[in-house]
Amino acid sequence: MPRDDGAAPAPGTPGSHPGRRVGPRAAGAQVARLLRLARLVEGGLLLQGGVQGSPVLRLFTRWVRRPLLPAARLWRRNIQLRVVATTLLMSLGVVLLLGFVVIGQVRNGLLDAKVKASQSQADGGFRAAKDKADAASTDTGQGAATTPDGRPEQNASAWMNDLVGQLSSGGQSAFDVATLTPGGDGDASSVRAPRASGGVDPIQSVPDDLRGRIARTAGASQSYTRIIYSDGQDSQPGLVIGKQLNGLNGNSYELYYFFPLSQEEKSLSLVKGTLATAGLFVVVLLGAIAWLVVRQVVTPVRMAAGIAERLSAGRLQERMKVTGEDDIARLGEAFNKMAQNLQLKIQQLEDLSRMQRRFVSDVSHELRTPLTTVRMAADVIHEAREDFDPVTARSAELLADQLDRFESLLADLLEISRFDAGAAALEAEPIDLREVVRRVVGGAEPLAERKGSRIRVVGDHQPVVAEADARRVERVLRNLVVNAVEHGDGRDVVVRLAAAGGAVAVAVRDYGVGLKPGEATRVFSRFWRADPARARTTGGTGLGLSIALEDARLHGGWLQAWGEPGGGSQFRLTLPRTADEPLRGSPIPLEPDDSRRNRHLREARLPRARAALPPGTGAASRTGAGTGTGTTQPSGSGRGGHSTASGPSGTAPPSGTAHGAARGSAHGAAPGSGAAAADPTALPGNGSRVVPRGTSDAGTGTTGTTGSADGDARVPGPQGHSAESAQHAHKAYDTGAQHDAHTPGERQTAHGPGGVPAADTVGNRLTEGRAARG
Amino acid sequence: MKGRVLVVDDDTALAEMLGIVLRGEGFEPSFVADGDKALAAFREAKPDLVLLDLMLPGRDGIEVCRLIRAESGVPIVMLTAKSDTVDVVVGLESGADDYIVKPFKPKELVARIRARLRRSEEPAPEQLAIGDLVIDVAGHSVKREGQAIALTPLEFDLLVALARKPWQVFTREVLLEQVWGYRHAADTRLVNVHVQRLRSKVEKDPERPEIVVTVRGVGYKAGPS
Repeated sequence: MPRDDGAAPAPGTPGSHPGRRVGPRAAGAQVARLLRLARLVEGGLLLQGGVQGSPVLRLFTRWVRRPLLPAARLWRRNIQLRVVATTLLMSLGVVLLLGFVVIGQVRNGLLDAKVKASQSQADGGFRAAKDKADAASTDTGQGAATTPDGRPEQNASAWMNDLVGQLSSGGQSAFDVATLTPGGDGDASSVRAPRASGGVDPIQSVPDDLRGRIARTAGASQSYTRIIYSDGQDSQPGLVIGKQLNGLNGNSYELYYFFPLSQEEKSLSLVKGTLATAGLFVVVLLGAIAWLVVRQVVTPVRMAAGIAERLSAGRLQERMKVTGEDDIARLGEAFNKMAQNLQLKIQQLEDLSRMQRRFVSDVSHELRTPLTTVRMAADVIHEAREDFDPVTARSAELLADQLDRFESLLADLLEISRFDAGAAALEAEPIDLREVVRRVVGGAEPLAERKGSRIRVVGDHQPVVAEADARRVERVLRNLVVNAVEHGDGRDVVVRLAAAGGAVAVAVRDYGVGLKPGEATRVFSRFWRADPARARTTGGTGLGLSIALEDARLHGGWLQAWGEPGGGSQFRLTLPRTADEPLRGSPIPLEPDDSRRNRHLREARLPRARAALPPGTGAASRTGAGTGTGTTQPSGSGRGGHSTASGPSGTAPPSGTAHGAARGSAHGAAPGSGAAAADPTALPGNGSRVVPRGTSDAGTGTTGTTGSADGDARVPGPQGHSAESAQHAHKAYDTGAQHDAHTPGERQTAHGPGGVPAADTVGNRLTEGRAARG
Repeated sequence: MKGRVLVVDDDTALAEMLGIVLRGEGFEPSFVADGDKALAAFREAKPDLVLLDLMLPGRDGIEVCRLIRAESGVPIVMLTAKSDTVDVVVGLESGADDYIVKPFKPKELVARIRARLRRSEEPAPEQLAIGDLVIDVAGHSVKREGQAIALTPLEFDLLVALARKPWQVFTREVLLEQVWGYRHAADTRLVNVHVQRLRSKVEKDPERPEIVVTVRGVGYKAGPS
């Protein structure tokens, strides 16, 4: 049966049942049966749903199709039903064919003998009648002459009666005889009247075409007919043999012999009955056999399917029952072996993970207890440093300071290893991000004062609520804000909050040294420092952003960076509003409005530029380049314009292919940087769907890949960039790039329409990332 | 106010260091290194506060905590090397009032200890009502229809904090500050666990709390009386 389309009701819904359908409708069972017939006749045509014609027709089709759907579904899903039905149909065909052949042969055999006997009987009769007529004509030749008063007429009539009586007398009801005269009337006394023995009605019993044949030919002809009696007997099948003969006076008449065939018919119907019964039995038995045989095969298959389903649902201890040594048993054994191996592997992995977690926990404990003692001792010494000589006092200070660093490093390491072991758990509850931001900003104020910068919070006039783990979000934001203050060169730091669509975002903008091209990705690498010489003085473990990225990832959110050399940077945390909702975009564009690029665009009268380009490309080029300016960690690819401006462009592959090449190598080299093309901001819906922000990071209608590719194509000298991204790939690999494998960028790509290739690379990278980790 | 502190820790170096710090702050520390002996030591020393390491030979810290809590409401501060949620929550659920994660600074530890001991200062006589409960702050008793309900000092403080301002919704951070004495927001799990424990004692149906009501997304408040 053809598959139903959307119009189908669910299986088992009322109304889809045939019985149900007939009931309420006035049409009744008759119509239903007719319809079913019509369906069978029209077959798949109707059911294919190919009727595009009038709505009435479509309605009719639907109405006709509906009751059949459950059956069709059963047919599709049940191999046993299919095999049994096929067997039944085919054996029915065979039995029917066989029956017809056998019955034909039996009939021929029965009739042949009868016909032969009848023919010889009739021949004899015809001869006798001829002889009799010949004899009578010699007798009555004179007689007729002597009686010219009409006697001969009388005589002929009597003679005919006599003839019929004589001929039929030998039949003993095995046959009957009748005479007919062409054009004979109904007058019984006339010579021309029909005569018959045994009450046969000759006029009705003799078929017209036989009479015609007899009239045309001289010989005898025969035909099957129904013998009809005028005296009230039931008609019966019979053979009629007739011949035109000359009677008295040379009058021609037709003589017919009727041989009833009811005996033969009885025999034949007996044979038919027997065959039908036998055939029915054979068909039913074959069906039953097919059912049993298929069951033998299907039952284990169904069992295997059921167990496979349970296995995949996580019940790894499920096994098939194996009996015997046949193919089914082999299937079962193979299946069980597979399940065994799966279980083993999964257990090994689980054990490994447990061991890792255990190890981390033990190390943590074993390290922390002595560290606590050292820490306390150091503090006691530190407290008493005024009593020491300057060298010892300074030593005490150094000891205390470095213990702080050691502690935070240890804490960060443990946190990272917790992420790596998959032991980090999210405790999400609805929180107002403004509260978190307030706390974080409050905590960072002293540092900001020391640095001479102010922290401004924008967008906190309305609640920004999301389901999140307050502890983690606070950790992420503290990290971002402290980083911004430390790298902000004493300029203001702006914390921007926004909520739109299914996402909330916090962006932290600074106007410090910014990020060099390529660094937007690298900032999230473990132990990476923008400027090693500088960073040592500001402390920090080098793990902060890695942990922040992991925290964001744990929420199903993104953490991305944008920056331009000398123009500051912006870090954006985007979280889904509800914990299990995938992110489609961020309410805040990654590249801030006041970036150098955006200012340039505005100065160049953005509207005109926009008019010049179709919206799609306009946005694309923009995002491409935007990516470029140093944005989002996964990118690297599209840093177009700025890379030329800031000029780290190096040896570059030819521009056209640069992009692809860079990506390729990136993928090959390191999981992380493969993110190359996957710039989240370049994705559709990023800006436009969530927040209508014009083109600022408007949906490009393309994937990140194309977006940044566009950027590349548009801006001269992007190659430097691509090359750099590849370069970066190696570096990322060195520094343990696995976290890059989860960068938000790829996440987004994976969701992006048309992002299939990107999604693919995500997969690759994920696996690679894992490999790197392992 | 100076108090007796029982330190239950198997690491002798840490215990000694703790002793130095505590004595420096004017406390009277006593020590026990074995979980099995902890309860006996507790009965003998009658401390005002217990510092309890979670990982102990013999009985582990959780078990010791449960035993002490079974016979006394004395403040218990856990020392733990594990900041994983499960470990912390299990510790808190076994009856600890507060926890401090190793490695900690001596000042931090002392602040926590003082915060736990602070409440022993004489409170003003005060009668509060929350739900169908009557709280005698000075008498440190909570009664429902004349029936006294036994609460630990911390649970009592928590209940009193809520009952004093029934109109106010307390965020977890505010409760941490008021009840635990944290300056800066610490771990809100502390609040969650203790609210659960308080509810299990004072609510008729802890599944549908009427006395300590959750305000989703914000915190807790006292139920209508």
